[in-house]
Amino acid sequence: MRIHLAGVFVDDQQKALRFYTETLGFQLKHNIPLGEFSWITVVSPEDPEGTEFLLEPDNHPAVRPFVDAIVADGIPSTSFAVDDVHAEYDRLVAAGVKFVQPPTDLGPVITAVLDDTCGNLIQIQEQKPQP
Amino acid sequence: MDVYRAIADPTRRAILDELVDRSGQSLFELCARLTMKHGINSSRQAIAQHLGVLEAAGLIRTRRVGRSKLHWYQGDPLKAIAERWPIATDERDT
Repeated sequence: MRIHLAGVFVDDQQKALRFYTETLGFQLKHNIPLGEFSWITVVSPEDPEGTEFLLEPDNHPAVRPFVDAIVADGIPSTSFAVDDVHAEYDRLVAAGVKFVQPPTDLGPVITAVLDDTCGNLIQIQEQKPQP
Repeated sequence: MDVYRAIADPTRRAILDELVDRSGQSLFELCARLTMKHGINSSRQAIAQHLGVLEAAGLIRTRRVGRSKLHWYQGDPLKAIAERWPIATDERDT
């Protein structure tokens, strides 16, 4: 068994597609119109055949209360791996991205948390080399 | 809740340490720091209760920033203690 799909609920799929591609730097993989909404997935340019990330509409009534509650406590919807959290932080802040947590050294990892503008907090994480 | 009882607990002192390190943290960030830096693996609910005690004692304040609730250290109650029992006293001169 493999993990081929993960994702987040977003308040606007087209806005989310722009943020996840133009700002974060992922690549569009699928954009299949399905009536009111679309099946939209992105992939990392470093791993275009790897796990797809689904930008799922948040129209189910349970989604907003759930996401609002975890955002209130600062809990990210998911986490992406980066080589250098500080470099990504500088690049994304320059692109206008808001961070709720700047790069923080937590021992084995360095993390930061950003707002994806579509309803979610997203963690980026750098694994330090193991001694 | 008085300030003495609030700082009598080691987890609450660790929370204050982390808020002094960086002001304006969410519950998530605080819990991550307590786990990774202090080995404190209390539940989020337990940490939220500790935060409530610290807030009642005036040692932290909270504010919603954007859609998240953030926490700040507030030193006034400890300053009041230092003023009540000043560090520089006559006993040094005797």
